[in-house]
Amino acid sequence: MSETKPKKMALIASQGTLDWAYPPFILASTAAAMDMEVKIFFTFYGLPLLKKKIKAKVTPTGNPAMPMKMPFGPKFFQNIDWPIPAAVSGNVPGFSTVATSLMKKTFAKKGVATIEELREMCVLLGVDLIACQMTMDVFGFESEEFIEGVNFGGAAAFLDFAADADIQLFI
Amino acid sequence: MRKMTAFDETLDCKGMQCPMPVLKTKLKMDSMSSGKILKLITSDPGSCKDIPAWAERVGHVLISTDDTDEGFIFMLKKGD
Repeated sequence: MSETKPKKMALIASQGTLDWAYPPFILASTAAAMDMEVKIFFTFYGLPLLKKKIKAKVTPTGNPAMPMKMPFGPKFFQNIDWPIPAAVSGNVPGFSTVATSLMKKTFAKKGVATIEELREMCVLLGVDLIACQMTMDVFGFESEEFIEGVNFGGAAAFLDFAADADIQLFI
Repeated sequence: MRKMTAFDETLDCKGMQCPMPVLKTKLKMDSMSSGKILKLITSDPGSCKDIPAWAERVGHVLISTDDTDEGFIFMLKKGD
Protein backbone atom coordinates (compact mmCIF):
# COMPACT_ATOMS: atom_id res chain seq x y z
CA MET A 1 0.00 0.00 0.00
CA SER A 2 1.28 3.45 -0.85
CA GLU A 3 1.95 5.79 2.03
CA THR A 4 -0.23 8.54 0.67
CA LYS A 5 -2.77 10.41 2.76
CA PRO A 6 -5.93 8.42 3.36
CA LYS A 7 -8.96 9.26 1.25
CA LYS A 8 -11.73 11.06 3.07
CA MET A 9 -15.51 10.78 2.79
CA ALA A 10 -18.01 13.22 4.23
CA LEU A 11 -21.67 12.22 4.43
CA ILE A 12 -24.78 14.05 5.51
CA ALA A 13 -27.54 11.72 6.70
CA SER A 14 -30.74 13.73 6.62
CA GLN A 15 -33.42 11.04 6.36
CA GLY A 16 -34.77 8.83 9.11
CA THR A 17 -36.89 6.20 7.38
CA LEU A 18 -35.73 2.58 7.33
CA ASP A 19 -34.98 2.60 3.59
CA TRP A 20 -33.00 5.84 3.72
CA ALA A 21 -31.13 4.76 6.83
CA TYR A 22 -29.23 2.13 4.85
CA PRO A 23 -27.13 4.15 2.36
CA PRO A 24 -25.14 6.23 4.87
CA PHE A 25 -24.29 3.26 7.10
CA ILE A 26 -23.45 0.98 4.14
CA LEU A 27 -21.23 3.54 2.45
CA ALA A 28 -19.57 4.70 5.66
CA SER A 29 -18.72 1.21 6.95
CA THR A 30 -17.42 0.14 3.53
CA ALA A 31 -15.35 3.29 3.06
CA ALA A 32 -13.84 2.79 6.51
CA ALA A 33 -13.06 -0.82 5.56
CA MET A 34 -11.29 0.66 2.50
CA ASP A 35 -9.06 2.66 4.86
CA MET A 36 -10.85 5.94 4.25
CA GLU A 37 -11.41 8.49 6.96
CA VAL A 38 -15.18 8.89 7.29
CA LYS A 39 -17.46 11.32 9.05
CA ILE A 40 -21.26 11.22 8.94
CA PHE A 41 -23.13 14.32 9.98
CA PHE A 42 -26.62 13.37 11.20
CA THR A 43 -29.08 16.18 10.81
CA PHE A 44 -32.84 16.74 10.88
CA TYR A 45 -34.70 13.42 10.44
CA GLY A 46 -31.43 11.52 10.20
CA LEU A 47 -30.50 12.40 13.77
CA PRO A 48 -32.68 9.71 15.49
CA LEU A 49 -30.50 7.09 13.76
CA LEU A 50 -27.96 7.79 16.50
CA LYS A 51 -30.39 6.93 19.28
CA LYS A 52 -29.68 3.81 21.32
CA LYS A 53 -32.87 2.22 20.00
CA ILE A 54 -33.49 2.80 16.30
CA LYS A 55 -37.20 3.06 15.54
CA ALA A 56 -36.92 3.79 11.81
CA LYS A 57 -39.97 2.83 9.80
CA VAL A 58 -40.90 2.80 6.15
CA THR A 59 -44.15 3.45 4.32
CA PRO A 60 -45.24 3.47 0.67
CA THR A 61 -47.08 6.74 1.34
CA GLY A 62 -45.29 9.46 -0.59
CA ASN A 63 -42.87 6.77 -1.74
CA PRO A 64 -44.61 5.54 -4.92
CA ALA A 65 -41.68 3.50 -6.27
CA MET A 66 -41.51 1.32 -3.18
CA PRO A 67 -42.48 -2.27 -4.01
CA MET A 68 -44.85 -3.98 -1.58
CA LYS A 69 -43.81 -7.62 -1.45
CA MET A 70 -44.48 -10.53 0.84
CA PRO A 71 -41.45 -12.24 2.44
CA PHE A 72 -43.11 -15.67 2.55
CA GLY A 73 -44.84 -18.20 0.27
CA PRO A 74 -43.80 -19.56 -3.13
CA LYS A 75 -41.49 -17.54 -5.35
CA PHE A 76 -44.20 -16.28 -7.72
CA PHE A 77 -46.13 -15.00 -4.70
CA GLN A 78 -43.07 -13.26 -3.27
CA ASN A 79 -42.46 -11.59 -6.63
CA ILE A 80 -45.88 -9.94 -6.75
CA ASP A 81 -45.71 -6.19 -6.28
CA TRP A 82 -48.97 -5.57 -4.43
CA PRO A 83 -50.81 -2.52 -5.70
CA ILE A 84 -51.77 -0.81 -2.44
CA PRO A 85 -53.78 2.37 -3.12
CA ALA A 86 -52.41 5.47 -1.44
CA ALA A 87 -55.81 5.88 0.22
CA VAL A 88 -55.19 2.61 2.03
CA SER A 89 -51.49 2.97 2.84
CA GLY A 90 -52.02 6.53 4.00
CA ASN A 91 -55.16 6.03 6.05
CA VAL A 92 -55.13 2.54 7.53
CA PRO A 93 -53.74 2.75 11.08
CA GLY A 94 -50.63 0.65 11.53
CA PHE A 95 -49.92 0.38 7.81
CA SER A 96 -46.37 1.65 8.16
CA THR A 97 -45.78 -0.86 10.97
CA VAL A 98 -46.84 -3.66 8.61
CA ALA A 99 -44.74 -2.28 5.73
CA THR A 100 -41.74 -1.94 8.08
CA SER A 101 -42.11 -5.47 9.35
CA LEU A 102 -42.36 -6.82 5.78
CA MET A 103 -39.24 -4.95 4.70
CA LYS A 104 -37.27 -6.15 7.73
CA LYS A 105 -38.34 -9.76 7.14
CA THR A 106 -37.48 -9.60 3.44
CA PHE A 107 -34.07 -8.07 4.18
CA ALA A 108 -33.30 -10.65 6.89
CA LYS A 109 -34.28 -13.48 4.56
CA LYS A 110 -32.00 -12.16 1.84
CA GLY A 111 -29.07 -11.85 4.24
CA VAL A 112 -29.05 -8.04 4.44
CA ALA A 113 -27.63 -6.74 7.70
CA THR A 114 -29.83 -4.69 10.02
CA ILE A 115 -29.29 -0.97 10.49
CA GLU A 116 -28.08 -1.69 14.02
CA GLU A 117 -25.47 -4.17 12.74
CA LEU A 118 -24.20 -1.74 10.11
CA ARG A 119 -24.05 1.05 12.68
CA GLU A 120 -22.03 -1.19 15.01
CA MET A 121 -19.67 -1.89 12.11
CA CYS A 122 -19.26 1.84 11.56
CA VAL A 123 -18.34 2.32 15.22
CA LEU A 124 -15.97 -0.67 15.13
CA LEU A 125 -14.24 0.61 11.98
CA GLY A 126 -13.77 4.09 13.39
CA VAL A 127 -16.40 6.11 11.52
CA ASP A 128 -16.92 9.48 13.19
CA LEU A 129 -20.64 9.88 13.93
CA ILE A 130 -21.55 13.53 14.43
CA ALA A 131 -24.89 14.71 15.78
CA CYS A 132 -26.14 18.09 14.59
CA GLN A 133 -26.30 20.23 17.70
CA MET A 134 -28.99 22.52 16.30
CA THR A 135 -31.30 19.60 15.45
CA MET A 136 -30.82 18.24 18.96
CA ASP A 137 -31.95 21.51 20.46
CA VAL A 138 -34.88 21.89 18.04
CA PHE A 139 -36.19 18.35 18.55
CA GLY A 140 -35.35 18.32 22.24
CA PHE A 141 -32.96 15.35 22.23
CA GLU A 142 -30.53 14.79 25.07
CA SER A 143 -27.02 13.45 24.50
CA GLU A 144 -27.78 10.53 26.86
CA GLU A 145 -30.29 9.23 24.31
CA PHE A 146 -27.50 8.55 21.80
CA ILE A 147 -25.09 5.65 21.53
CA GLU A 148 -21.59 5.90 23.02
CA GLY A 149 -18.94 7.70 21.03
CA VAL A 150 -21.18 10.18 19.20
CA ASN A 151 -19.61 13.59 18.66
CA PHE A 152 -21.50 16.85 18.43
CA GLY A 153 -21.02 19.67 15.96
CA GLY A 154 -22.44 22.17 13.54
CA ALA A 155 -22.28 23.17 9.90
CA ALA A 156 -18.82 24.70 10.09
CA ALA A 157 -17.34 21.59 11.71
CA PHE A 158 -18.77 19.45 8.91
CA LEU A 159 -17.70 21.82 6.13
CA ASP A 160 -14.18 22.06 7.52
CA PHE A 161 -13.83 18.30 7.03
CA ALA A 162 -15.86 18.17 3.78
CA ALA A 163 -13.71 20.87 2.17
CA ASP A 164 -10.77 18.48 2.10
CA ALA A 165 -12.78 15.29 1.52
CA ASP A 166 -12.54 13.29 -1.70
CA ILE A 167 -16.19 12.23 -1.55
CA GLN A 168 -19.07 14.32 -0.24
CA LEU A 169 -22.63 13.03 -0.34
CA PHE A 170 -25.92 14.40 0.89
CA ILE A 171 -28.28 11.54 1.64
CA MET B 1 -6.51 -30.09 -12.54
CA ARG B 2 -7.04 -26.90 -10.64
CA LYS B 3 -3.99 -25.72 -8.80
CA MET B 4 -4.65 -25.68 -5.07
CA THR B 5 -3.42 -22.73 -3.09
CA ALA B 6 -2.40 -23.33 0.50
CA PHE B 7 -4.08 -21.00 2.95
CA ASP B 8 -3.73 -20.04 6.61
CA GLU B 9 -7.25 -18.93 7.53
CA THR B 10 -10.76 -19.31 6.19
CA LEU B 11 -13.77 -17.02 6.38
CA ASP B 12 -17.27 -18.09 5.40
CA CYS B 13 -19.50 -15.19 4.33
CA LYS B 14 -22.10 -17.28 2.53
CA GLY B 15 -25.62 -15.91 2.88
CA MET B 16 -24.40 -12.38 3.60
CA GLN B 17 -25.25 -9.44 1.37
CA CYS B 18 -23.29 -6.32 0.53
CA PRO B 19 -21.45 -4.82 2.36
CA MET B 20 -21.03 -7.47 5.05
CA PRO B 21 -18.57 -9.77 3.20
CA VAL B 22 -16.19 -6.83 2.70
CA LEU B 23 -16.54 -5.68 6.31
CA LYS B 24 -16.03 -9.17 7.77
CA THR B 25 -13.05 -9.75 5.46
CA LYS B 26 -11.52 -6.45 6.51
CA LEU B 27 -11.82 -7.37 10.21
CA LYS B 28 -10.45 -10.87 9.57
CA MET B 29 -7.46 -9.55 7.60
CA ASP B 30 -6.74 -7.07 10.40
CA SER B 31 -6.25 -10.02 12.75
CA MET B 32 -3.75 -11.74 10.41
CA SER B 33 -0.09 -10.93 9.85
CA SER B 34 1.20 -9.82 6.45
CA GLY B 35 1.96 -12.54 3.95
CA LYS B 36 -0.71 -14.86 5.39
CA ILE B 37 -3.40 -16.15 3.04
CA LEU B 38 -7.14 -16.06 3.64
CA LYS B 39 -9.62 -18.32 1.88
CA LEU B 40 -12.88 -16.38 1.64
CA ILE B 41 -16.15 -17.96 0.57
CA THR B 42 -19.16 -15.85 -0.43
CA SER B 43 -22.51 -16.36 -2.15
CA ASP B 44 -23.27 -12.72 -3.03
CA PRO B 45 -22.55 -12.20 -6.77
CA GLY B 46 -21.77 -8.55 -5.96
CA SER B 47 -18.73 -9.68 -4.01
CA CYS B 48 -17.08 -10.72 -7.31
CA LYS B 49 -16.60 -7.03 -8.03
CA ASP B 50 -16.45 -5.77 -4.45
CA ILE B 51 -13.72 -8.01 -3.04
CA PRO B 52 -11.21 -7.27 -5.85
CA ALA B 53 -11.95 -3.52 -5.61
CA TRP B 54 -11.52 -3.57 -1.85
CA ALA B 55 -8.32 -5.65 -1.96
CA GLU B 56 -6.76 -3.37 -4.56
CA ARG B 57 -7.69 -0.28 -2.58
CA VAL B 58 -6.22 -1.46 0.73
CA GLY B 59 -3.20 -3.24 -0.71
CA HIS B 60 -3.93 -6.94 -0.36
CA VAL B 61 -3.14 -9.38 -3.16
CA LEU B 62 -6.02 -11.26 -4.74
CA ILE B 63 -4.33 -14.51 -5.74
CA SER B 64 -7.34 -16.20 -7.31
CA THR B 65 -11.12 -16.08 -7.73
CA ASP B 66 -13.18 -19.19 -8.34
CA ASP B 67 -16.86 -19.82 -8.99
CA THR B 68 -17.49 -23.22 -7.39
CA ASP B 69 -20.45 -25.29 -6.22
CA GLU B 70 -19.52 -24.22 -2.71
CA GLY B 71 -19.71 -20.52 -3.63
CA PHE B 72 -17.30 -17.84 -4.83
CA ILE B 73 -13.86 -18.55 -3.44
CA PHE B 74 -11.26 -15.81 -3.10
CA MET B 75 -7.66 -16.36 -2.08
CA LEU B 76 -6.34 -13.20 -0.53
CA LYS B 77 -2.79 -12.54 0.62
CA LYS B 78 -2.42 -9.90 3.25
CA GLY B 79 -0.30 -6.95 2.12
CA ASP B 80 2.40 -5.16 4.12
